[in-house]
Amino acid sequence: MIRFDCQLDRRDFRFRVAFEAETGITALFGPSGSGKTTAIRLLAGLETAKEGRITLDDRVLLDTAQRVFVPPHRRRIGLVFQDAQLLPHLDIRANLTYGRFFTPRDERRIAFDPVVDVLGIGHLLARRPDTLSGGERQRVAIGRALLASPHLLLMDEPLASLDAARKMEILPFIERLRDEFGVPIVYVSHAVEEVARLAARVIRLENGAVTAAGSPAEVLARVALASLAERFEAVSVLSAPIRRYLPEYGVTLLDHPAGEIVVPGHIPAGQGEVRVAIRATGVTLAVGRPAQVSVRTVLSGRITAIDRNDSPFAIATLVLPGGQTLKAYATRLAFDALGLDIGDDVQALIKAATIDERSLSILPPG
Amino acid sequence: MPDLALSPEEWTAIQLSLRIAGLATLASLPLAILVAHWLARSRFRGKVLVDGLVHLPLVLPPVVTGYVLLVLFGRRGPVGAWLEQTFGLVLSFRWTGAALACAVMGFPLMVRAIRLGIEAIDPRLEQAAGTLGASPAWVFATVTLPLALPGIIAGAVLCFAKALGEFGATITFVSNIPGETQTIPAAIYAYTQMPGGDAGAFRLSVVAVIIALGALVASEILARRSGTRAQPE
Repeated sequence: MIRFDCQLDRRDFRFRVAFEAETGITALFGPSGSGKTTAIRLLAGLETAKEGRITLDDRVLLDTAQRVFVPPHRRRIGLVFQDAQLLPHLDIRANLTYGRFFTPRDERRIAFDPVVDVLGIGHLLARRPDTLSGGERQRVAIGRALLASPHLLLMDEPLASLDAARKMEILPFIERLRDEFGVPIVYVSHAVEEVARLAARVIRLENGAVTAAGSPAEVLARVALASLAERFEAVSVLSAPIRRYLPEYGVTLLDHPAGEIVVPGHIPAGQGEVRVAIRATGVTLAVGRPAQVSVRTVLSGRITAIDRNDSPFAIATLVLPGGQTLKAYATRLAFDALGLDIGDDVQALIKAATIDERSLSILPPG
Repeated sequence: MPDLALSPEEWTAIQLSLRIAGLATLASLPLAILVAHWLARSRFRGKVLVDGLVHLPLVLPPVVTGYVLLVLFGRRGPVGAWLEQTFGLVLSFRWTGAALACAVMGFPLMVRAIRLGIEAIDPRLEQAAGTLGASPAWVFATVTLPLALPGIIAGAVLCFAKALGEFGATITFVSNIPGETQTIPAAIYAYTQMPGGDAGAFRLSVVAVIIALGALVASEILARRSGTRAQPE
C-alpha cells in the first residue's frame, strides 16, 4: 500500500499530487509535462518535495513535517528507467546481481533463476550491455531491479524508447512479473494501449495534478471535447470471454453480450476474459443493422449521454447489454443527420484494424 | 658530436626527477579525485571560488607559487614549523619539498582531467545504482570511479609530465642542490650556466624527451584498455 501526497514548485510548474496504490499495477497516465516522472522520482527519493508525505506499507519514506527523508538506497524501491541505464563496465550477470549484493540476506525474496527464466535473458549473462538490443537491455534492467527484492517497482515509460515490435516482446514479461512475483508496480506511461492492458488502476495526471483515478475503464473513457490530443487517447475498455481463434484469418472472436468482437491476433482460448481497449475514434454508429459493410464487429447498445459543445465532434456514451460502456466520437453533423438522441438504440461498428494488439490482455479469472 | 654517456650526476638527477614526479602524482591523486568529484557533482555557493583556487597555480607565475610555498612550508613558516615540531618533517630544500611543489603545480591539470571524466558519466547511472541499494560511497567506488578511470589516468599522466618539467616553483622553494633537489630541468639549467655544459644539457634533454614520450604512450595504452570496458552503452 502506497500513500503519496506531495507538493513542489518549479519555474512554470506546480506539482500537487496525491494518490494511493495497492498491489498489482498502478498506472500514472498523462501527457508529457504532466508530472508523471516527477512523481516517480519523488517515490524513488531522487527528488524531495517542498511539502509532502510518502508511506510504503508501514514505512514512512518522506515526511517534510517530521523532517523524515529516507535516501534512495534505503528505500528498497526498484526503478526501471526509460533507457535501461545498465552499468556499462559490468557484464549482464554482474548488472543483474548488483542490487542483490546490497540486499540483506534474509530479505532476498526473489531468486536469480526464476527472474532470468521469466525475462528470457539466460543466454545474455556473459555479454556486455553495449552488445545488447534495446529490448534485451530493458529486460535486463527490469531483472536487475527485481533481484534487489524491492517492496515496490517503479517503471518510467519502460517501453517508450523501443519500436512497436520490441514493445510487443516486453509487454508479456511485465504481465508475468505482475502475476508471478507479487511486487506492486507503479507504471508511468502516456501510451493508452499499455495502460489499458496492464493496469488495475489508473491515475490520470495533467499539469501537475490528478484529474481522474479509478479502473482503466473508468479513467480512460473520461474525455473532454476540447482537446485534440484527448480525442485519440479516449478509450473504452471492454472485457469478454474468448469464443474461438480463426487460424486461417489470424483473428480471435470474443463473446460479448452485445455481440461478437473481432480482434487481431491469436489469443489462446483458456479460462478468464480478454480485456480490449477500443478507441472512441474507431467506433462508428448506425441506426439499424447495416448490411454489406466490411466491419465485422457490430455491438448493440443504448445511448445514455451525448456530450457536445461548439467543437466539430460530439461524444456518445453507450451502455451495452451486460452494463459495460462504450464511447463513440462522431461529428455533430452526423448526430443531427441521423437524429440521434439519448435513449436511442443504436449499433456500434468497430473496425478490428483500429484495435491495437498491444492493448489486449488476458485477465486471470476473478 | 657530444658524448652520449650519462655521468653519475646526471643519472642521479634522472632518478630524482622520476622519484619526485612519482611521489607528487601518487600523493595528490586521492585528493584530486575527491576535489574533482566534489566540483563535478555538487552544487554549492562559492564553487567558482574553489574552482579558481584549484586552478590558481596554472596561471600564477611559478616563482610566485614557489615563494608562497617557501613562506608557508619553510622551516620558519607557519605550516613548515608545525610539521617539523609535530612529525619531524622538513620540506624546504629537500626532495620531498620538490615533490610538494610539483604536486601543487600539477594539481589543476589533474583535477581538470578527472572532473571531465566524471562529468561525462550520466548521473542517472549513479542514481540507478542508488535505487539498487548502493550507498553514495558504494556508488562512488563501483560506478563513478571505474567509469572515470580514463579521465583519472589522463589526469595522473598530465600531472606526472608536468612534475617532470616543473622548474620555477621547485627551484624557488627547494633550490638546486645536486643529489637532493636537482631535477632534470634544474640540472639542464645548471649546465647552461657553466662553460662547456652543452653536452650535458643535450644528453639530459634527450632523456627528458624519451621519458615524456614514454609516459604519453603508456597512458594512451592504459586509457584505451580501460576505455573498452568503460564505454557507455
